[in-house]
Amino acid sequence: MSDYREAQTFLPLQSATFHVLLALADEDRHGYAIIQDVAERTGGAIRLSAGTLYRSIQRMLQDGLIVEPRERPAREDDDQRRRYYRITALGAAVARAEARRLADLVKMARARGLAPERA
Amino acid sequence: MRTYRLLLHLYPAPFRHEYGDEMASILARRLRDASRPIGRATIWARAVWETLGNALLVHLDLLRQDLRYVARTLKRSPAFALTAVAIVALGIGALTAAFTVADFVLIRPLPYGDPNRLVQLWETTPGYLAMELSPLNFRDWMAAARSFESAGVSHSEALTMVTSAEPHRFEGAALSAGVLPTLGVSPIIGRAFNEADDAAGAPGTILLSYSLWQTEFGGDPGIVDRRIDAQMDIERDTFTVIGVMPRDFHYPSADAQFWVTTRFSADDYAPAERSNNWLIGVARLRPGVSREQAQAEASLIVSDLRRSYPEENKDTGARVVSLRDGVSVRSRLLLRALTAAAVCVLLVAGMNLANLLLARGLERRRELAVRAAMGAGRERVVRQLMTEHLLLAAVGGALGIGLAALGVPLLSQLVPSNLPIASSPTVDGRVVALAVALTALTGIAFGTVPAIRLGRHVDVDGLHEGVRAGGGRRERLRSALVLAEIAASVVLLVSAALLIRALLTIQGTDPGFGVNGVLTLRAELPVPQYTKVATRDAFHARVLHEVRALPGVEAAGFISFLPISRFRGGIWPVKVAGDADPSAGVRGANNVAALRYVTPGHFAAMAIPLTRGRDVTEADTQQRPFVAVVSESFARRYWPGQEPIGRHFGLAFADREVVGVVGDVRFRGLERTSEPQVYLPSRQVPDNWITFYAPRALAVRVASGPPSAFAPAVRAIIRHADPNVAVTEVQTLADMVDGDTASRATQVRVLGAFAAIAFVLAAVGLHGLLSFAVSQRTQEIGVRVALGAQPRDVVRMVVANAAELGAVGLSLGVVLAYAAGRSMEALLAGVRPSDAEALGAAVALTAVMLVAGTLVPVLRALRINPIAAIRSE
Repeated sequence: MSDYREAQTFLPLQSATFHVLLALADEDRHGYAIIQDVAERTGGAIRLSAGTLYRSIQRMLQDGLIVEPRERPAREDDDQRRRYYRITALGAAVARAEARRLADLVKMARARGLAPERA
Repeated sequence: MRTYRLLLHLYPAPFRHEYGDEMASILARRLRDASRPIGRATIWARAVWETLGNALLVHLDLLRQDLRYVARTLKRSPAFALTAVAIVALGIGALTAAFTVADFVLIRPLPYGDPNRLVQLWETTPGYLAMELSPLNFRDWMAAARSFESAGVSHSEALTMVTSAEPHRFEGAALSAGVLPTLGVSPIIGRAFNEADDAAGAPGTILLSYSLWQTEFGGDPGIVDRRIDAQMDIERDTFTVIGVMPRDFHYPSADAQFWVTTRFSADDYAPAERSNNWLIGVARLRPGVSREQAQAEASLIVSDLRRSYPEENKDTGARVVSLRDGVSVRSRLLLRALTAAAVCVLLVAGMNLANLLLARGLERRRELAVRAAMGAGRERVVRQLMTEHLLLAAVGGALGIGLAALGVPLLSQLVPSNLPIASSPTVDGRVVALAVALTALTGIAFGTVPAIRLGRHVDVDGLHEGVRAGGGRRERLRSALVLAEIAASVVLLVSAALLIRALLTIQGTDPGFGVNGVLTLRAELPVPQYTKVATRDAFHARVLHEVRALPGVEAAGFISFLPISRFRGGIWPVKVAGDADPSAGVRGANNVAALRYVTPGHFAAMAIPLTRGRDVTEADTQQRPFVAVVSESFARRYWPGQEPIGRHFGLAFADREVVGVVGDVRFRGLERTSEPQVYLPSRQVPDNWITFYAPRALAVRVASGPPSAFAPAVRAIIRHADPNVAVTEVQTLADMVDGDTASRATQVRVLGAFAAIAFVLAAVGLHGLLSFAVSQRTQEIGVRVALGAQPRDVVRMVVANAAELGAVGLSLGVVLAYAAGRSMEALLAGVRPSDAEALGAAVALTAVMLVAGTLVPVLRALRINPIAAIRSE
């Protein structure tokens, strides 16, 4: 199965899953950092609870969308007790596929005048 | 933070171990970041709320995964899965079916308003605790009673109606106006009876049962005011339909198809009627009055009635019984025994399941250890095992409910017909709920222990090459389970054997007549024309003449009521000059006899032996001296050691001379003793007298072949003689007698089936245990054989184990079976719980089971190739 095909089987994504993938798109993060990133990007509209986050993380680990990297980021604030997560190639493909799906939906809505024109 | 950690225990353990620390630290950060107390409170509230929701979701995620995994593994071993499901299905099915019937008969509230306040009213005499009421005694009792809000009486009634082409007879009841208000039931269409309907001489009114309305009147919504011309036992009348009763209304018994009113006349309250007991009483207790209070009051009132009418009410008592408790002691015991047996089956099934799961778990030890070692963790493995066990139990339970639904109609013979409920229960919501609970209980009780047991040993040991599982504690647990199975199946086998012995004893009872080769039916003679003896006589003579002329017919004769048929009473007081005990009074048990009128030929048709004197003849007319044929017990009772022929006695308003003596007949059924019998010639009765006893039941003895083959010809003869005569209850005498033991036969079949299930399960359990032991000891046996052990030594190794289990299980089972037998002695018809034949048969069958369970493992042990066995080490 190609990555594209495989990615399609995950769609549509749950919103928590999508947000976690977005949070991990640019760098490895630990749980609290993911929550903070999501909150910042959405202007505080989405505040993931710990349970929702780790339930998503557990499933995403099993599905191979993310991994726990062995090497840890070389940062001063690295907390040894923390667990970091990294997006996989599959995870990235899934995020892209979801983004395209959403974009297509928006395009359709726009054609019917239900969404704002691109700025 | 400790509170939060406690809260995290709602999550599955693996999840908590993996992420608990992180989640706690996230909450800690959030609390640190929140400055104000109100913000912290909000954070706490949210944390609690989201934990509740997410914990459930994580559990569901796990369950989904485990189910997928379990489905995959079960697909790889379908034989195991099917066996486990079948075991649970049998256990749950047996208990659900048994409980359905027991619940229906013993527990469920009756379908009446406020049923706990309803009571039955009976008179009693020494030795008989549920005698019907006489109209006068009922009237006087109710006039004096303060305990009852309302009351009423009923008696059975039969109507012959022409609803289709041929006249048909229907069973029903006559109710006094008080019965329906007392029961708190109203018709679904039309109105109930009122006082005017029940008055003497009132025009006939009738309420239809739901089923009669549906089957005979097509559920016509405009049925009210329809007039029905109908023939009662001794009169003819026209009834106006005033309504239709609800579907679940069955009063006073399941077979009632219609209800009319009693319409008692002055005759019914004549002084002589005080000792004529034929009414079924029902009453509603006033709020706050207990049954015991009503009973105490009744005892007082009846003692007054004894003083006022010393002769008629000699030894009479009164009894107030809860309507719910109208079930006979025997039915109650039977249903309890049945339920206990079903519990036994379920326990055997559960133990077998546990055993099977343990064995399979031990076989999968290595696989489970690998899974645990690869990161699944022990808890996760136990969880998966539990899921597997509960899934198997759930599927089995669902199948079991299906089995119960199929089985319950077969058990309906066990529902006593004298109860005011339908004749067959159905598996309903509450029973299904119980079955679901039982399934869950079975799954948890017999699935959890193996799962935890196995989980405890899922460790590095399991990875060792050639590890020998079993031995030690687990082997002992499994042995104990098999032992219990053997003991339980012995209990069931012995109980079934005892009941079979009881059934055979009863079926072996000589009813006093020749059962085989006889066709019977009832010819419902319409009135008023047949109230005349001459009309009846002409009908009898013509029918008997033509029936006897049929090729193959040996004898034929009419009688009032055949033995072991619907009506078994007809008991009359006897007066004999110089009787040894005249003070016994009219009610004295020794001074009564069963009265029947017969035509000539009845004794020959029934093959009742004529031991002295002669049969009644056509010459025994009203003009001749009144004669009687009596039973041997009657002759013995009044003229012991003397010649009875030529003796005189008074019965049914006249003096009679004994002209013949015949063998005794069990009129009341094979399990009861019957009163002495008196047979009077059908012609020696005045017109319009006791027409209830006019001979209507015909018995035809045929030389060979099935008697039922003669039914069309006999029907045709009756139709030719008079097309207005309804022919009912056409059956062979043998079927009629079988019907008497039908509930017993059902009970034997049910218990037999339960015993068979337990028997097979125990054999399978033993087989499984021994097979497993042999497979685990393959190398040991191989080494022994290589060192010179003989086949008999190998056999001994396996058999010793089985023999030990068998001996202990059997002894335990026999002791328990004796206790079980003692507790159901009332059902055994005199067969002793220690009956040697029953015990012997059960022990022999258990031996067969032990051999069958041991055979294959022994053969397998003998076939072990020592070289191959040692090499695999």
